[in-house]
Amino acid sequence: MSVLAVKDLWVTYRTQLSEIPAVRGVSFDIPKGQVLGLAGESGCGKSTIAGAILRLLPARTKIEGSIELEGEDVLGMKPGRLRAVRWTGASIVFQGAMHGLNPVKRIGDQIAEAIVVHQQAGEKQALVRVGALLEQVGLPTRRMRDYPHELSGGQKQRVMIAMALACSPSLVIADEPTTALDVMVQAQVLRLMKELQSELGLSMIFITHDLSVLVETSDRLAIMYAGKIVEEGPADMVFHSPQHPYTEALAAAFPEIGDDRFRRKPMGLGGDPPDPADLPSGCSFHPRCPKAFDDCSTVEPELYPAGERRRAACLLVPAAKERAGAHA
Amino acid sequence: MSQAEATTARPPDASEPEVVVEVRDLRVTFQGRVGFFEGLRGKKGTLSRAVDGVSFELRRGEVMALAGESGCGKTTMARAIMGLQPVDGGEILYEGKPLPRDLKPYRREVQMVFQDPTGTLNPRQTIYEIIAEGLRIHDIDRGPNGEPEEQLVARALSRAGLRPPERFFLRYPHEVSGGQRQRVVIAGALVLEPEVIVADEPVSNLDASVRGEILQLLMKLRDDLDLTIIIVTHDLGLAWTVADRVAIMYLGRIVEIGPAEDVLLRPEHPYSKALLDVVPEPGGLERPILTGEPPDPTRIPPGCRFHPRCPVVASGRAAELGIEDRCRTEDLALQDVAPEHSSACYEAFARHGSDATTG
Repeated sequence: MSVLAVKDLWVTYRTQLSEIPAVRGVSFDIPKGQVLGLAGESGCGKSTIAGAILRLLPARTKIEGSIELEGEDVLGMKPGRLRAVRWTGASIVFQGAMHGLNPVKRIGDQIAEAIVVHQQAGEKQALVRVGALLEQVGLPTRRMRDYPHELSGGQKQRVMIAMALACSPSLVIADEPTTALDVMVQAQVLRLMKELQSELGLSMIFITHDLSVLVETSDRLAIMYAGKIVEEGPADMVFHSPQHPYTEALAAAFPEIGDDRFRRKPMGLGGDPPDPADLPSGCSFHPRCPKAFDDCSTVEPELYPAGERRRAACLLVPAAKERAGAHA
Repeated sequence: MSQAEATTARPPDASEPEVVVEVRDLRVTFQGRVGFFEGLRGKKGTLSRAVDGVSFELRRGEVMALAGESGCGKTTMARAIMGLQPVDGGEILYEGKPLPRDLKPYRREVQMVFQDPTGTLNPRQTIYEIIAEGLRIHDIDRGPNGEPEEQLVARALSRAGLRPPERFFLRYPHEVSGGQRQRVVIAGALVLEPEVIVADEPVSNLDASVRGEILQLLMKLRDDLDLTIIIVTHDLGLAWTVADRVAIMYLGRIVEIGPAEDVLLRPEHPYSKALLDVVPEPGGLERPILTGEPPDPTRIPPGCRFHPRCPVVASGRAAELGIEDRCRTEDLALQDVAPEHSSACYEAFARHGSDATTG
């Protein structure tokens, strides 16, 4: 059974004047022990999905579809149940680790709080568990008496990871866990997360715009654009032989050193990511797509099968052409 | 081949590349703060040597990348070149002459592009006002051919890829996208027709798909206007896509400098290798990662400043070569290890049989 099953998820933010669709019909599931990489640019809806899974979005937000965490419907949960599930069922590592910690509380107490609140242990036992957690993320136990300002950025992110693991959740969502960190520290934190993931058999969602990071850490990749998944499949196949032109552009933004195709040739897309309140017709990527043709501005592509365990939402995928042919 | 492309931008009669900016043994230190009462008792803050003896030259028409971890001094270096940062030693020469006391004319020639376009642009000024401000500060009301201000602003905007420029005149920064905002910043630098652009992490705040376009723009400007560009970055993949030469900084020093192909594909310094090893790519997590935090410029280790983290020392290879004592105690400078390519590492010297290791 999958740990998380998301079916046809629609998330619409409401402002006083308008409704802004941030996620438009996204489905995926995560089998136990697997890592799903969710990639895309700012505004594509990837963090909104994370927020929807833990129901952290503003109260007025409209959420449709279904989210099942270990078979339990998250969207139908009562507040008490929801509080119990947060952190024990699914936890999240946010991107601004620096700001996620309470500056006037020792880090040990902050981690222990989560354990005590969820009644997984008494205060004394909780502190023993905190010590073990800190060791697990590569910090000496004595650091639990430190305040956040005594730690470096990388160490704070390690504390956030320890906190996310505190109640042994079945799903961990990492939302841009390394973006604010320095290159060397980023590599250290990524390796730590990968090690913990395989050691503990964690199921994870890894969210970032950096495809090359996702290829290192994920089993499967889902590429998002304008609130939809435009391509999904096994991580290295999606990265190395993209089927959707957007994936191709995103992969080219992080070129491999030594690849002559990119030497003195930075690659980029024209234009800017679309405004979610005013999406282009047809395929929402068509105004920026180097391969766009006439149909792209009128036909909205769905995710067509594109090779083994792969799907892509592009009219150029052979399966899309076949289907168009059958209709004609 | 690529070498030849780079040289075509220079005057054909020059056999030696023309040096635009030369930095000689530059030093910048910051004094740490102490508490009020400690200050009264005469206590001084710890000295942080952010830039600690850096020398290099910037050649006309080249793109140079200055790379390293945070705290290595790369941004301080960029600010010093701009004259925004008082220096404590060494000098900066522009076209062979030391920087004058009055930096205003120099600042016209050397312009900076900052990391965060949103923070750089005044939210209450229109894009026209923002671009024209540079002209007004320098009392320029006509272009070299008598063009009016409006035309100069329009030209800068369209060179930065904001076309038609008139459409952007009356807009405010918040009305345009992030990529366009960075173009406005670049237009603001271009309007003064500078010779050199110092770009500090010009794309790190931008979305992945927009980055390439901004970098393409910088490359195009270099080709069209024969600009010299120095890009400060932590991203070596970016250096690969744009730079002619790459300098790697560690704790206030350049530890390796050379043509991009050499430094990025055949690095000579163990620190450059370590930085390249952490560039994310498939299977990359199998490779060794330096442990520890970015180094502290208030406590620079003796000898080679990289030795406490150096894998060559840790693995015992340095001891085998008989250089370990020197790594730990003797400071060292950059030396040539290949044409145009220098590194500051005893192990590299030993490998290349540089006689200078004895001196």
